[in-house]
Amino acid sequence: MSPSTKYTEYDAYAAEEAAEGRVFDVGGQDWDQVVAAAEDLGDERLVVNMGPQHPSTHGVLRLILTLDGETVTECRVGIGYLHTGIEKNMEFRTWTQGTTFCTRMDYLAPIFNETAYCLGVEKLLGITDQIPERAQIIRVMMMELNRISSHLVAIATFGLELGATTVMLNGFIEREYTLDLFEEITGLRMNMAYVRPGGVAQDLPSGALSKIRDYLDRMPKRIQALRKLMDANPVYLARTKDVAYLDLTGCMAMGITGPVLRATGLPWDLRKSQPYCGYETYDFEVATETSADVYGRYLVRMKEMEESLKIVEQCVERLQSVKGPVMIEDKKIGWPAQLAIGADGMGNSPRHIAHIMGTSMEALIHHFKLVTEGFRVPAGQAYTTVESPRGELGVHVVSDGGTRPYRVHFRDPSFTNLQATPAMAEGGMIADVIAAVASIDPVMGGVDR
Amino acid sequence: MSSQHPEQQAEQAADRVPAPRDADPRELPVARRGMFGARTTGDTSGYGGLVVHKPPKASSPRPYGGPEGAAESGVFDEVADELERVLPEFGDAIERVVVHRGEITFHVRREHLVEVARKLRDEPHLRFELCSGVSGVHYPDEPGEELHAVYHLLSITHNRRIRLEVSCPDADPHIPSIVSVYPTNDWHERETWDFFGIVFDGHPALTRIEMPDDWVGHPQRKDYPLGGIPVEYRGAEIPPPDERRSYV
Repeated sequence: MSPSTKYTEYDAYAAEEAAEGRVFDVGGQDWDQVVAAAEDLGDERLVVNMGPQHPSTHGVLRLILTLDGETVTECRVGIGYLHTGIEKNMEFRTWTQGTTFCTRMDYLAPIFNETAYCLGVEKLLGITDQIPERAQIIRVMMMELNRISSHLVAIATFGLELGATTVMLNGFIEREYTLDLFEEITGLRMNMAYVRPGGVAQDLPSGALSKIRDYLDRMPKRIQALRKLMDANPVYLARTKDVAYLDLTGCMAMGITGPVLRATGLPWDLRKSQPYCGYETYDFEVATETSADVYGRYLVRMKEMEESLKIVEQCVERLQSVKGPVMIEDKKIGWPAQLAIGADGMGNSPRHIAHIMGTSMEALIHHFKLVTEGFRVPAGQAYTTVESPRGELGVHVVSDGGTRPYRVHFRDPSFTNLQATPAMAEGGMIADVIAAVASIDPVMGGVDR
Repeated sequence: MSSQHPEQQAEQAADRVPAPRDADPRELPVARRGMFGARTTGDTSGYGGLVVHKPPKASSPRPYGGPEGAAESGVFDEVADELERVLPEFGDAIERVVVHRGEITFHVRREHLVEVARKLRDEPHLRFELCSGVSGVHYPDEPGEELHAVYHLLSITHNRRIRLEVSCPDADPHIPSIVSVYPTNDWHERETWDFFGIVFDGHPALTRIEMPDDWVGHPQRKDYPLGGIPVEYRGAEIPPPDERRSYV
């Protein structure tokens, strides 16, 4: 501990002391002294900085807590530590290159970022109904697999933050299997830039469907194991039941969507209420709970993973019979090349190169124009949404008629939902702040963009 | 230029110059001259003398239709009718209405924004409970309305979406805050202030949210440079993205 008088040479806080009262600088292993000195002052109020470098704040989230004993009287949230200017950067790249950027925002749900963006571009182009069916099925399948992997991380890190390493390990093992599928299908485990305006980057490789079927055999049992570990675990219940309560009115006022909203009992899921990518043709249920607490949000996530498995199963079934292209037929929009594995890794398929260099002048021109210049998108604006694992992910796409986005704005659910932290945490115990933040499941890459 | 091959015919049709519009576009302000963004004599493409005029400000006629199309009156007309009924100053408040790509945009004059938002939230036949935040857009070429704030509202009760668009001049970048109506806009308005410099009057604590507190400038504005340095790759120097040749 360093009461300000201790330092004679340099004291960073000396100037502020006059304005804000006594400041204690905690240097580690001196908490008793800080508490004793605070008691001497007769001042019970402590302001504690939690984060941005704190393992349980989900990345670089900073919470500024005012404590009265162990009770949180005020909670302020500081964000912006992971701002990377993705929206600005996208204005300097073509529409297709945009997916490479936006996939990196919410890094646990890259497929959702890409799909939301591509749906916006497609809406502005007016080609929403021309996307091949196979591409739409692959999109849905990838999104649902991604939902499972994202929820698994949410539950795994939540376990870790409450001190349960077993939950963490089990969750991450299962996520690893999901990422293996992504690697098999897209070539990358994260940040795939797989969904493109007009379709998807490439068709499923041979053998992918059987790998997914193995996954579908394995997962239900594993989710069941996780449920067995936590659903009725007294320690887990004590930490989550009736903690961080937020009812429907609060959710509406603060714009909260996703599992937090569904845990209040409102079955609002964009996949059902405003379907996209053909979700209206799949058979699944919207998971809801009525407890509006951390435990309810956990149950909603577990149920959603089980429902996602059902959807993936239906996708696999359809993909067996639905064949055809995975990119729009329109040669002026659809990315011309399919990727293929070559001797030196993944690249343009030799068949496509032979086609444009040897047989078709038109194809060569289209390839050249699309790759160097990109396609033009008619002027206007569109707002499209998808149900990401964290809630409504909205994309506001503005075009001035050029080959680059004029403005792209992402309404990231993590950003909006994080505003609810004070409402959930204030008046509760400091230990419950961790549970509250974890139940929102914010991803700072998405919050700060 | 006619081919017998159907695929080629389709491609040639797509390349043909579109038919001229009704209004004479040459009277509209100039949006762009030349091509490829070249400002010097370096443009040898033959497009150096090209003059592109701005499209006229769109305003959709009735019926507005719905998300499926504007052939007959639909949910957008219901929303507009109801808003007109409950808002006495509808004509003053709503500058124009645009329906495009199955979405409806109400261009609202800024002094009426809070009232419009409150009516949209509270009236039982409107009931837009959820605001999906603010998105700023900077149009430096639109004198008097350079800065736009775009709000997307969602009605869970009626399962509809609408968009409000408010503009303000760069010289007087003030738009009333609607945090009192939609508390969720707290952070969204801070973000738009941070990135565009729009001052939301009445916001409880309008501070920067993404950029550091002492940052100078508003990065998402079009006059704010992207930044970046040239990078050498296998002997060739690649300029930073904002200095590369562009196809505007």
